[in-house]
Amino acid sequence: MIYSKTVMDHFRNPRNVGVIENAAGVGEVGNPICGDMMTIYLDIQDDRIADIKFQTFGCGSAIAVSSMLTELAKGKTIEEAKKITNKDVAEALEGLPKNKLHCSNLGADALQMAIKDYEDRKAGKVRPELKRKESHDELHRVGDKCYCPYCDSEVSEGEKTCSACLSDLTEEH
Amino acid sequence: MSNIHLDHISVSPLLPEVQEAMIEVIRDFRGNPSSQNVAGELAAEKLEKARDSVAGLINCDPREVVFVSGGTESINMAVKGVARANVEKGKHIVTSNIEHNAVNRSVKRLMHLGWKATSVAVNEKGRVDPDEVAKAIREDTILVSIMHSNNEVGTLQPVEEIAEIAKKRRVFFHTDAVDSVGVVPVDVQKLGADLISFASNPFGGPTGVGGLFIRRGTRIFPLLDGGIQENNRRAGTENLIGIVGMSVAATLAQENMAARVVQYRSLRDLLLRELPNSIDEYFVNGHPEHVLPNLVSISIRYIEGESVVLMLDDEKIAVSTRSACATGSLRTSHVLQSIGREYADAQGTLIISLGIQTRQEDIHRFLSALRGVVQTLRDISPLYKKANRGS
Repeated sequence: MIYSKTVMDHFRNPRNVGVIENAAGVGEVGNPICGDMMTIYLDIQDDRIADIKFQTFGCGSAIAVSSMLTELAKGKTIEEAKKITNKDVAEALEGLPKNKLHCSNLGADALQMAIKDYEDRKAGKVRPELKRKESHDELHRVGDKCYCPYCDSEVSEGEKTCSACLSDLTEEH
Repeated sequence: MSNIHLDHISVSPLLPEVQEAMIEVIRDFRGNPSSQNVAGELAAEKLEKARDSVAGLINCDPREVVFVSGGTESINMAVKGVARANVEKGKHIVTSNIEHNAVNRSVKRLMHLGWKATSVAVNEKGRVDPDEVAKAIREDTILVSIMHSNNEVGTLQPVEEIAEIAKKRRVFFHTDAVDSVGVVPVDVQKLGADLISFASNPFGGPTGVGGLFIRRGTRIFPLLDGGIQENNRRAGTENLIGIVGMSVAATLAQENMAARVVQYRSLRDLLLRELPNSIDEYFVNGHPEHVLPNLVSISIRYIEGESVVLMLDDEKIAVSTRSACATGSLRTSHVLQSIGREYADAQGTLIISLGIQTRQEDIHRFLSALRGVVQTLRDISPLYKKANRGS
């Protein structure tokens, strides 16, 4: 696994690890089946992310992504934070191996869920289900093409089995 | 700080005698064993001497050994070769649910072409019940393929019993013994299998070389067609350098096996005994008794394997993991699933495999490093916090 120096730095020295008691917003994504789970806690003051903390169960990428994400989001306004994408995180990390790009998806998604949680609470809505089940489609789409998540070969949309490595593409995580 | 290599299941350094022998071939035996000249004859002699040594390791007739490029080719040849050669008899194969992907994907490839397969489940220790194998065999079964030892959890299978069942039912029995041959005694006369796959690296030889034992009378098509090498069973100019390396490793393995097994067992026992002083909340996978002496598989709760491997790598300690992220497969190991390990726990699985040169200090250093790494990762993990809050 070839990780960039930035990824390794964020992995070895993750920033903003922890929880925020009575957080203004909490977002949790992923599940242990895939081996990646992230929880993001937000403290919002004056529509700004005054503090942000994360907890992650996952590989080197997952931890680095969480750390970088919290760095990118800290201090931003809600509106600015809503614009942070998984691509931003991956770029800030100087890139991730292709089969780890889904880890960066989790980071951005966890942040957006936390923001949504905050907004829902503000609006007095009942807190939605925190855990989001990863759908298989999102795992293997990169741009317009679909790739087998197991061997990186290109697969056609809707294909049930990868013809190169014979992996089952329909299994739900 | 020196490197500690506890990942011999992935790669193992070559013994000095093996290296010497290979260099000698590179330097002095440059002929093609098939050539009709002196250099060729010398090479051919070297090849057949190597075959004798390897046959000695598994107690078979040298003519029953085919040299191949490793465990994967050996397994592919066995499964596909027997399947394709016996179509008039049937097109059904029986395996277990913890086979290596070389077996699984070979079988899947055949299934795309019309073969059928039944997978027999193992118990929570990773062992298959021979009676279940017997039940799975049908009129149209032509092959049973059940591994001798499992490379992820180390469990040893009751292969002799299965071989007997296969013989009675007149089906061929293949066993993937890639992590067994050269490590624990594998005697083809006692085993009774028709086909045994093995590879050189697990017993100190080079990677990229292996063998397939094919019992006389086994109907099998070659995987590689071309020249007439290996008695028309495996085409291609022989990798003499690698084969000689493997043969020297085989001789040394035969001579030293008993002592090595004692050493492995003592190190394995030490690791398992001292582990609770290093970490808590973990499972030991595999069978406590019927297990490879040089492999320990533990599932550490609340953390993920690749991150453990990376952190240990920073401390110059190499181990292996089968987490989804690490294997690039995005799903948990089918082996761990088959023994009933929960998905989350399976992600935190480490495979520690011992080598010929592994010493007690290596185990101590590993355990000491592991303590810190696990604590650091658990501090980051939402699962650990959840468990401790009792929610």
